[in-house]
Amino acid sequence: MAGIDIGSRSIELVVRESVAADGATYACGAWQTTLQRRLPTTFDPVQQCRSILADCMPDRIVATGYGRGLVAEVVHASGRTVPVESITEIRAHALGAHHLFPEVRTVLDIGGQDTKAIQLAPGGKVMRFEMNDRCAAGTGKFLEYTATVFQMDVAAFGAFALLGSNAPVINSMCTVFAETEATSLMAQGERPESIALGLHQSIVRRTVNMLRRVGLEYPVVFAGGVAHNPCIRQLLLRELDAPQELLLIPDDPDMCGALGAALWAQQKEMEARHAA
Amino acid sequence: MSGNAAYTEMWEKLDLDIAAHDGLLSVLGKFYGDIYMSQQGRLKGMEYLDFVLSEVHGLRIKELQDAKAEGRKIIGTFCVFVPEELTLAANAVHVGLCAGADAGTEQAEKLVPRNTCALIKSFIGFKMARLCPYTESCDMVVGETTCDGKKKAYEAFAEHVNMHVMELPQTKTASARQLFRDEVVRYMTELEKLTGVTITPEKLAEGIKVVNNKRRALQRLSALRSADPAPISGRDALLINQVSFYDDPVRFTGSVNALCDEMEGRIAKGEGIAPKGTARLMLSGCPMAVPNWKLPYVMESSGAVIVGEESCIGTRNTRDLVDESATTMDAMIDALVDRYMRIDCACFTPNVERLDNVASMAKELKADGVVHYSLMFCQPYAHEALKVDAALREQGIPMLSIETDYSMEDVEQLKTRIEAFVEMVK
Ligand code: SF4
Ligand code: SF4
Repeated sequence: MAGIDIGSRSIELVVRESVAADGATYACGAWQTTLQRRLPTTFDPVQQCRSILADCMPDRIVATGYGRGLVAEVVHASGRTVPVESITEIRAHALGAHHLFPEVRTVLDIGGQDTKAIQLAPGGKVMRFEMNDRCAAGTGKFLEYTATVFQMDVAAFGAFALLGSNAPVINSMCTVFAETEATSLMAQGERPESIALGLHQSIVRRTVNMLRRVGLEYPVVFAGGVAHNPCIRQLLLRELDAPQELLLIPDDPDMCGALGAALWAQQKEMEARHAA
Repeated sequence: MSGNAAYTEMWEKLDLDIAAHDGLLSVLGKFYGDIYMSQQGRLKGMEYLDFVLSEVHGLRIKELQDAKAEGRKIIGTFCVFVPEELTLAANAVHVGLCAGADAGTEQAEKLVPRNTCALIKSFIGFKMARLCPYTESCDMVVGETTCDGKKKAYEAFAEHVNMHVMELPQTKTASARQLFRDEVVRYMTELEKLTGVTITPEKLAEGIKVVNNKRRALQRLSALRSADPAPISGRDALLINQVSFYDDPVRFTGSVNALCDEMEGRIAKGEGIAPKGTARLMLSGCPMAVPNWKLPYVMESSGAVIVGEESCIGTRNTRDLVDESATTMDAMIDALVDRYMRIDCACFTPNVERLDNVASMAKELKADGVVHYSLMFCQPYAHEALKVDAALREQGIPMLSIETDYSMEDVEQLKTRIEAFVEMVK
């Protein structure tokens, strides 16, 4: 069973297999993740999708992410006849987060180009969700873009921002204007670390508003590429005024969507086998 | 949309920009093909609507020119607060001019600020770019002081068309009602002046009957949509409501009733446009004027069927009838005013009736969820989106709030949101 998440920045694949040797028991616990893989999306997501699936032959595929519509095409063009379904990122993230942390009540996902907040009922059912609007404000793209102002790789940007203090308030929600604000703060002699901190703070403020709009409940699972950023994590805890144990971060935060898709494939497979 | 050479002469007489207008018709034709003609298992009665729409700039405009040649006047409107009953009683033709496509935006932005809703920009753009044969056929255009965007836009618009603006109150108090009553009478006087027709109780009674019958047919259509499986697609039902603003009211009423007969047959056989169990969504919010089919199309391509439109191009225009028992002019005007003051437009404050109306409509139609649509920059409906959300939540009805405009750039994001909402409500 494969779940594939085609995001704007990267493609993730999670494969889950049923480990019961006799083929008789298909209890949930009998399934395991056996493969995880990640590729950049690049400008040719179709090719990347082909590559990521090249040597793997799942019996069922569930796609998610903004490019979810591509997968069926790619798989069927390659002559394979396995069922391919798609689900939205909302459902995928909810499933993934609930699997990793069954007690989760709110999922926050900050990915390359969008941010979403999802409120879950105790059993994992999606109750409400919010996504950012058309622009990239408050997403991973914002950090990537502003990191370039500091001539810095985005992976190091969070640690750099943690060195800041007395962060200036960055008012602009717009990525381009925020860059302008940052540049003019630099010209005024503000410490770069503090400006970086201010930029992180502006995302976190926005994110917390979104979380409150969906009716924030704890614990929160924080997924998506931006969950790697230590500064965002720290600021998020501070802004929420929540103890650390209520903000749960998966070991592979980027894999959460693909995992959810694989879990959906697994569920569909079990339904199909039961029906048979 | 027939871009038929036979009509070119007529369009030239109306001083349309022929090249741009041809372009518009071909885009519209393609759009209609993709969104409408691609549907499977459509009702036979929709052929009439396909025909009306294909002739929306052709035959119907020809009819308007013929009416004008007979000395009848054409009245253009933008809002369901302008009483069609009076227009008909003055032997004039009543058409809706709200526009649902981006056109002439650059020219429009010279007259209204950029952060004006797409609907306003569109009707101004259509005028400035000389693209709308309805606007060009009008002898008088009636505006109303509803939202700030519209009332200021009419000031600019008045420089280009013969404009009459009705003052609409913002509340529903007794003095507000009196104001509206005075404005109804003033509109009547204006009509009489323009047409030379004296509106008698007999003529008004006839106007009331014709419009009531049109509303009854649309009410019947709306009620039939509570059936599961849904007998008609939301796109088709929206189209019917849209066409109700252009077509001859009596002919239109007949064809809607015929369509309803067909729907009843379908329902009796347990057939529908989408299988039983398909997620049923209701739309609520700003009006969707022709050819604004974007959101309904996205919704119905995301595994849902739309079962109702709580909007002015929908039930807000058809829910209430005018009492037909009055016989004197005064009593008839009172009956009109009573009916119109029941419209629950977001421009009113407070507007609690709307919250109850949305919730009860969702229940009657057995909707699994409500998609609230506000046009970007529409203050009144954006505010009420929050209120409607809270009211529906209390009743356990999920709601998704969408803010968008006429452009296609957000279609992918809309799809994701709507698909996720469909997953959630099922
Ligand atoms: S929404 Fe309000 S202003 Fe717009 S047409 Fe309806 S009643 Fe008129
Ligand atoms: S959609 Fe809103 S802003 Fe636009 S005309 Fe209607 S009420 Fe005014």
